[in-house]
Amino acid sequence: MLSIKDLKAKVEGKDILKGINLEIKPGEVHAIMGPNGSGKSTLASVLAGREQYEVTGGSVLFDGKELLELSPEDRAREGVFLAFQYPVEIPGVTTTNFLKAAVNQVRQYKGLEPLDAVSFLNIMKEKMKLVEIDQSLLKRSLNEGFSGGEKKRNEIFQMAMLEPKLAILDETDSGLDIDALRIVANGVNKLKTKDNAVIVVTHYQRLLDYIIPDFVHVLYKGRIVKSGSKELALELEEKGYDWIKSEVNESTEA
Amino acid sequence: MKILEELTTSEYKYGFESKFETDEAPKGLSEDIVRFISRKKNEPEWMLEWRLKAYRHWLTLKEPHWPNVSYPVIDYQDIIYYSAPKQKKVLNSLDEVDPELRETFKKLGISLEEQKRLTGVAVDAVIDSISVKTTFKDKLAELGIIFCSMSEAVQEHPELVKKYIGSVVPQTDNFFSALNSAVFSDGSFCYIPQGVRCPMELSTYFRINAAGTGQFERTLIIAEAGSYVSYLEGCTAPMRDENQLHAAVVELVAMENAEIKYSTVQNWYPGDKNGKGGIYNFVTKRGICMGDNSKISWTQVETGSSITWKYPSVILKGNNSIGEFYSVAVTNNMQQADTGTKMIHIGKNTKSRIVSKGISAGKSHNSYRGLVHVMKRADNARNYSQCDSLLMGDRCGAHTFPYITVENNSATVEHEATTSKIGEDQIFYCNQRGIDTEEAVALIVNGYCKEVLNQLPMEFAVEAQKLLAISLEGSVG
Repeated sequence: MLSIKDLKAKVEGKDILKGINLEIKPGEVHAIMGPNGSGKSTLASVLAGREQYEVTGGSVLFDGKELLELSPEDRAREGVFLAFQYPVEIPGVTTTNFLKAAVNQVRQYKGLEPLDAVSFLNIMKEKMKLVEIDQSLLKRSLNEGFSGGEKKRNEIFQMAMLEPKLAILDETDSGLDIDALRIVANGVNKLKTKDNAVIVVTHYQRLLDYIIPDFVHVLYKGRIVKSGSKELALELEEKGYDWIKSEVNESTEA
Repeated sequence: MKILEELTTSEYKYGFESKFETDEAPKGLSEDIVRFISRKKNEPEWMLEWRLKAYRHWLTLKEPHWPNVSYPVIDYQDIIYYSAPKQKKVLNSLDEVDPELRETFKKLGISLEEQKRLTGVAVDAVIDSISVKTTFKDKLAELGIIFCSMSEAVQEHPELVKKYIGSVVPQTDNFFSALNSAVFSDGSFCYIPQGVRCPMELSTYFRINAAGTGQFERTLIIAEAGSYVSYLEGCTAPMRDENQLHAAVVELVAMENAEIKYSTVQNWYPGDKNGKGGIYNFVTKRGICMGDNSKISWTQVETGSSITWKYPSVILKGNNSIGEFYSVAVTNNMQQADTGTKMIHIGKNTKSRIVSKGISAGKSHNSYRGLVHVMKRADNARNYSQCDSLLMGDRCGAHTFPYITVENNSATVEHEATTSKIGEDQIFYCNQRGIDTEEAVALIVNGYCKEVLNQLPMEFAVEAQKLLAISLEGSVG
């Protein structure tokens, strides 16, 4: 589904990604871990097409299409979803209206008729149950005055509504207490099918107690330096990142 | 902000000209022209005298230049002051309306049939200077409501016109109101009798038509004690190369316990992206809360005109009276707007609320100018003002000129102002959900204006939202 080859990117003139290689198949959950500043969030942003990030090399094939050549909105319409680490506030626009615009633009891209108000509301109700989100939240201005937990739940709700093929969760666990974390993770798990895939970008292991990854990759200094099963995450939790850092630094010095 | 830099324009969507035979006055302004207009309209002597008084006063005035706008010198002798579509007979049904006129309405998406059928709105359509068709008049008449053209009111209800015209905006008020008083061609007249709640939104669509014709509308609305009326004014104008002067006067009178809600969507031709053409919209709008517990509420969505210069105001004379002003003013390309309100607190416990949302794009300039004046006897007067500016790109300007004069210590006056930009983060967030940049801007702008749009009657709010999106099309790269 997703094939990242030797992906390199700069932010403000500084090389952040220095050659990422990653293969993701439908039905898989990949965790990307790593110390602060290793390039995890940059990878998420580059895949989504944020303008400030300059791609300097490599390719990203998504269902056979070169993702890097698509506009951010077309990537979304093709089925790439980014759950933001810091969801943006849009005053005066309710989540409902925002999602109606989003869902219908995606449908238009796929050559489908826009949803009428009733069908849209029915789908919304169904998805609300799935991710345990309260209707009152959806009537408020998007993310305005939301708590950290509410913002992240809203992201997962949007994901439920848009039904992406590939969801990238960027530090979705940050700022969540344990209850909120469980609700968010449950939402993600319920949305999981054999046809979609998830990339979980996280600093800590704890989210992976709830969203069980098939593969864990450690990103350090702009490269994936170690890949393994979910046991790798536990090992990192136990030992921290220092042993990986020293391993990498030794090998680069040698 | 690279994404916001590439500012272009969208073509004015309502740029077409319908061909009517017109009945025009020669160019220029003189006592003879004033007499010509009055004679054309078969007016009584007192109306002519009233016009002449205005004209003579106008001669002593100089065009004001204090607004934060600039434009070439207007040659008042180069303007045609009277032009009317020829009306051969009185029309009884919509079928008799000039097909070309009906076509015009269709292009605007506001055909009379549709208006009637879908919205239940009575439409007094003004093409250039003469009202062509008024609907629902009979139904309104049953309730004693008078809703007709100003010319008709002068003929049919001279006592009311004589009593109220100029009572809120005197002929001598300012340069443009004096000009309007001398040469006004037509407009709407509304009278709601005591205790009557007008059962439908009253609406007038104005259009400027004949080339080079300044249009001078005059509207007068009187709400007797305990009555209620909601009035909608909407404008679109055909594309033009030369500038057109539009100097309207609107007067509202609310008696005891009466309420007037006046909503405007203004979409005159704004000129092309280099600032060529477009309407000069120099308007005097004022209402008086004459009686206790009365209320006047102005809501405006201003997207058109090359220059907008208007301050819908409320004189809060009655005790416990309420004045409101909700405004969205959009300027794009080379447009200039200097708009706001005046709230004059005279009575006790009077309240006013001002919510102004300015949106500037392109190389435009958008100014809020407002006065809150609490007079000596206005015990416990309260005002709340909120003036927000939204900037798109970095070549436009937003300015705020709040004036506050308080002569009574018991007054509470609050003023809040913010300036913000549409963030790249907001746009990217929308993009990431599959929403393209144009739609994202429309969404964000409509959200920003929501408080004002919510004040509009439903069918108008929808139109206004579309208009905001159209006005800002292409303003973000």
